Amino acid sequence: MAKENLLYSKDHEWVLREGNAVTVGITDYAQHELGDVVFVDLPAVGKGLKKGDPAANIESVKAVSDVYSPVTGKVSDVNAKLGDHPELVNQDPFGDGWIFKLSVDQVSELDELMDLKKYEEYLKGIAGE
Amino acid sequence: MKKTKINEAHHALKGKMVEFCGWELPVQYSGLNTEHMAVRTTGGIFDVSHMGEVWFRGREALRAIQHIISNDASKLLPGKIQYAGLLTETGCFVDDLLVYMIKENEYLLVVNAANLEKDFLWMKKHTARFDVLVENRSEEYSQIAVQGPMAEKLVQEFTEIDLKPLGYYHFAQGRVQDMDAIVSRTGYTGEDGFEIYFRSDAAAASRLFLDLADRGEKYDALPAGLGARDTLRLEAKMALYGNDIDDTHSVLEADLGWILKLNKGEPFLGQEALARQKEEGIRRKLVGFELVDKGIARHGYPITVAGKPFGAVTSGTFAPFLKKPIGLAYLPLEHAALGCEFQVSIREKTALARVVETPFYKRKK
Repeated sequence: MAKENLLYSKDHEWVLREGNAVTVGITDYAQHELGDVVFVDLPAVGKGLKKGDPAANIESVKAVSDVYSPVTGKVSDVNAKLGDHPELVNQDPFGDGWIFKLSVDQVSELDELMDLKKYEEYLKGIAGE
Repeated sequence: MKKTKINEAHHALKGKMVEFCGWELPVQYSGLNTEHMAVRTTGGIFDVSHMGEVWFRGREALRAIQHIISNDASKLLPGKIQYAGLLTETGCFVDDLLVYMIKENEYLLVVNAANLEKDFLWMKKHTARFDVLVENRSEEYSQIAVQGPMAEKLVQEFTEIDLKPLGYYHFAQGRVQDMDAIVSRTGYTGEDGFEIYFRSDAAAASRLFLDLADRGEKYDALPAGLGARDTLRLEAKMALYGNDIDDTHSVLEADLGWILKLNKGEPFLGQEALARQKEEGIRRKLVGFELVDKGIARHGYPITVAGKPFGAVTSGTFAPFLKKPIGLAYLPLEHAALGCEFQVSIREKTALARVVETPFYKRKK
């Protein structure tokens, strides 16, 4: 279960583009792999991130994992609701469970991300391993 | 990777399989939190066949056991069980284990999967001078743990043994389904529950597990994996070998003085070292803590006490029932009292932790 209008990274982040800004979250596959999320460590608004930098930490009971910045940019907003309701990442990963927004430096970097079809193929590759 | 005889059942139940101590076992089925809560409120069914079963038989079985463990096995009667440390000469842990007294001159010792080979060699070496036969029969035995408030009702449907009068840390032998079994009122979750030991082929072992899971639906009991087993035991502050106890921390430092019987009338490995340590006093102690700051302090995260580095978190998780981050750590004795605070490094950040009373969770009787 993934969505049509989004872009995807190999680390299972999704990216919603709106002009020069993007919203970032983790995919349904990622939240399922993590299990019950109990804490999300969010980046500071205004923080500059390079593509591939760890941007946030998601703690599940089982493990901790980094959410990487899929593009270079500056953090413009974070999902403060996750402070009291980290479970939104599990319940609505593509909606209320979004994690942070970035103003993007180079929009062309988005071209390196996968569309839904490519991401689904990528997931099939993982399942076949 | 080794497979338990219940492996087929895990796949049928869509368990998420992982490698654990060389075994393929389910880390979860429906989800760690769901399984954890099921054990606290209804029931959970675990395959723990990876555990090791070592039998001591012979005229000097008791003396041999007394020589290698911390507790006093002479207090056992047939049908009784004791928790003990298998000790090094320095009074630290080779392993922790359960001793089942089957009858006079016959005992079953249940050890951790990760330590089985090491334990068996240690036991053979240190009991060679006694008239005892030490046999590793782990391959023959499967073990299923049924834990939680509904465990008695569920297991009772499968056995002729009357479970009601069976006390905590007692066992009985009888038929379970159509197999000879040992059923003990023991567990690693902090709940009431049973551990069932039996010998069978893979088909029968898988069938029993599946039947328990199937019949368990009536009680809202669920098959549960290693993930929940770990969070359940930590809430109940039950030590995990390799994390909280090992061959560098003594029984006294691990705060397990209650399994140490220095005057049991039989010399044993570690006795001198521990007698000395008891007299001189320990300098560090295993304590339970809660994180004051947000985050989860996990196994291996570095600790700072009064500005100085002092080891690392031995076990840590987000406690699913208590809904807060908890953990265990060795602290210097002068900083180990209730309410003492220290820092845990969680990646690039530092979080404040506070020593709290343990067990974190205690079931209502």
